[in-house]
Amino acid sequence: MTEVRSIVDAAGLEALLEALCAQGYQLIGPTVRDEAIVYDEIATLDDLPRGVGDEQDGGHYRLTRRNDEALFGYVVGPQSWKKLLHPPVLRLWRARREGDELRVEAEPARAEKFAFIGARSCELHAIAIQDRVFLGGSYADPHYRARREDVFIVAVNCGVAGGACFCVSMDTGPKATMGFDIALTEIVAGSSFLVEIGTEAGRALLDSLPRRAASASETEEAEAILAHTAENMGRSLEAGDVRDLLARNLEHPRWDDVAARCLACTNCTMVCPTCFCTSVEDASDLAGIESERSRRWDSCFTLDFSYIHGGSVRQSVKSRYRQWMTHKLSTWHDQFGSSGCVGCGRCIVWCPVGIDLTEEARAIRESEAQKGAT
Amino acid sequence: MTDAFSAASVADPMIPRVARVVRRKREIADVVTLEIDGGAFDFAPGQFNMLTAFGVGEAAISVSGDPDNSARLVHTIRAVGAVSRALTELHVGEPIGLRGPFGRGWPMVEAEGRDVIVVAGGLGLAPLRPALYRLFAEREKYGRILLLFGARSPADILFRDELEAWRGRLDIEVEATVDHARGDWRGNVGVVTTLLSRAQFSAASALAMLCGPEIMMRFVANALLERGVAQERVYLSMERNMKCAIGWCGHCQFGPVFICRDGPVFPYSQLRGLIAKKEI
Amino acid sequence: MIESIEHIVKEHRFFAGMDEGFVALVSGCAKNMRFDPGQYLFHEGDSADWFFLLRNGSVAIELRDPARGAVTVQTLHEGDLCGLSWLVPPYRWTYDARAIDLVRAIAVDAACLRRKSEADPRLGYDMMKRFMPPLVERLQAARMQMIDIYGAHD
Repeated sequence: MTEVRSIVDAAGLEALLEALCAQGYQLIGPTVRDEAIVYDEIATLDDLPRGVGDEQDGGHYRLTRRNDEALFGYVVGPQSWKKLLHPPVLRLWRARREGDELRVEAEPARAEKFAFIGARSCELHAIAIQDRVFLGGSYADPHYRARREDVFIVAVNCGVAGGACFCVSMDTGPKATMGFDIALTEIVAGSSFLVEIGTEAGRALLDSLPRRAASASETEEAEAILAHTAENMGRSLEAGDVRDLLARNLEHPRWDDVAARCLACTNCTMVCPTCFCTSVEDASDLAGIESERSRRWDSCFTLDFSYIHGGSVRQSVKSRYRQWMTHKLSTWHDQFGSSGCVGCGRCIVWCPVGIDLTEEARAIRESEAQKGAT
Repeated sequence: MTDAFSAASVADPMIPRVARVVRRKREIADVVTLEIDGGAFDFAPGQFNMLTAFGVGEAAISVSGDPDNSARLVHTIRAVGAVSRALTELHVGEPIGLRGPFGRGWPMVEAEGRDVIVVAGGLGLAPLRPALYRLFAEREKYGRILLLFGARSPADILFRDELEAWRGRLDIEVEATVDHARGDWRGNVGVVTTLLSRAQFSAASALAMLCGPEIMMRFVANALLERGVAQERVYLSMERNMKCAIGWCGHCQFGPVFICRDGPVFPYSQLRGLIAKKEI
Repeated sequence: MIESIEHIVKEHRFFAGMDEGFVALVSGCAKNMRFDPGQYLFHEGDSADWFFLLRNGSVAIELRDPARGAVTVQTLHEGDLCGLSWLVPPYRWTYDARAIDLVRAIAVDAACLRRKSEADPRLGYDMMKRFMPPLVERLQAARMQMIDIYGAHD
């Protein structure tokens, strides 16, 4: 359905937000807080980070001032849409004792009606990956489903590449090709957006907005912007065979090297848009009448994560880093039929010591090549 | 949005149903068997449930009862942590949370027509007991049946009365060994692999079911391979940290598999590349 | 008819496939022995003059401890080798070996076999290859027992 191309201006975009609001959607979009781009409730275009850019690299993130009024002139920040679809903390049930009886009451699944404004292509892929985790097996997570199924997604094609971006390597961007209702390309900063339609709901919404047909040159301009973004990726990863590369190098000395730098702080897993691991915690009141269980994000970098009676399976930081990276790039294929990495670069940027998984993969690859050459 | 939303079942698999403890038996020092009344319950030998001690937490516990008696739901639990200890301390009549059954169990159908070697170590006998009940109930379907059991000492032998009764049967060979014993023990002393070296079976057709400490299973599996048993027919029940039992929480990953969802029972051929590696 | 010791040696699992000439040499050092239930094949500290190849019955390998009495650390069965201390100086047993039930065994005169092995290193090497597998197996078993695999480790 990408044949329909229209142009909306800032007023049209404002109308889009109003229309979604009118349909009962809760608008979530990028906004500036604590010197970072975060995803939060927005009401109007004024809540978007107008004229804001960012500077990203290993262990480095700074907002910058752009010399234009672009609404989407930055890449992804520390948060992802995961926090809305798969909340960091979620009560699962409550139990109450009444005399001899004990009743368990499931936490009702909250049927949120989110509209995600400004989701990037890598993030659409990340959502598709978590869909497979929580909905694709023999069980479906009712909480995830309730939050996910009514989401309206306004994607934004990336007009700039971040310093840690490598979606081109992972074939997940920079142009949104799936998983959106409407996709925007900002062709004139802050004032002109090329619109593509992904679903019938998207088409219906667009039909209600002030818009005009895109000219051939405008369509070409959008393509040129995306081509420029694709050519300026901050990072790259040879994704073709990284799955096998890691699988056959579980004992590689590079894991010791990265373990010497890794703080096992869990940042990479928290910012990763596909990391889904959780733990459960039970709590009860002092009288033992009421108890409840909640689920919270967990990380394979903690010692407790692999605890079985007698001790933890992954005692060393080396084994925990290896678990994370091999899961992301290798065994995820076995489990869910795709890579677990979408090339967003968050794990690189938010690592306090700037560990870069593309660099780790490259080091292992090069040592193999050297061995092969001798 | 896509058919991803329609495929899976609607019921929330994370919600425990409330059952009651109807019988409690102390087996050995730190091991208790609980019989639970939670209505008719069908399971396959080797599957496990998630049991909740309300207010304390949840633990993965194998079903240790008879798969052909769905009225009696039996678990054998060793008190090793806060949750399992709380479970072993539940009294008759108290509520207990139940989710399950989960996982892939023992290959009972594949075992038909074959010599079946069951090797259990310590509490590993509990997840194997449903398979043994099934083997005995359908004795004519199988070749030789060997049960080889290892424990730490005579006082640590699980289901001792039952083992004695099985040993009395002429159609099953039962051998037990302990790591060390006082003078009054008249049985075998030595590691469980020594029982295997004396066991008679047809290696070409045999199928083995192993459950016990991972190191024991590794050595037994390798000894079976040396005897000529195919690695595809040596099955191990694996233990890892399980929180959700359905592949959502990530804790029990073992390389490419989730122990909870893809196991806990796996053929050795699937594990062999990873099981000897450290900290997988 | 009483079986010749040579035939008994040849039939024992431990000597499977051994050269006829070596069988004759070993048999020259060997004799049949039987032990009643409870009888000791040897005691800790005794001179290791003989070793045994079990033909029937079981033997308990015991270590004595003042508080716990005799602790069995291994049982040996039909076809097994009993006794390794005769191989290594000072040729003294480091444990007790007790017949659990009626035990029949080939007893081999250790000094005799050592002498013949010195004289014909080919025999010595053949014997060494037969002693190594049970020795390695026992070492591995001892390691497994040492780490107490069934114990609760927290």
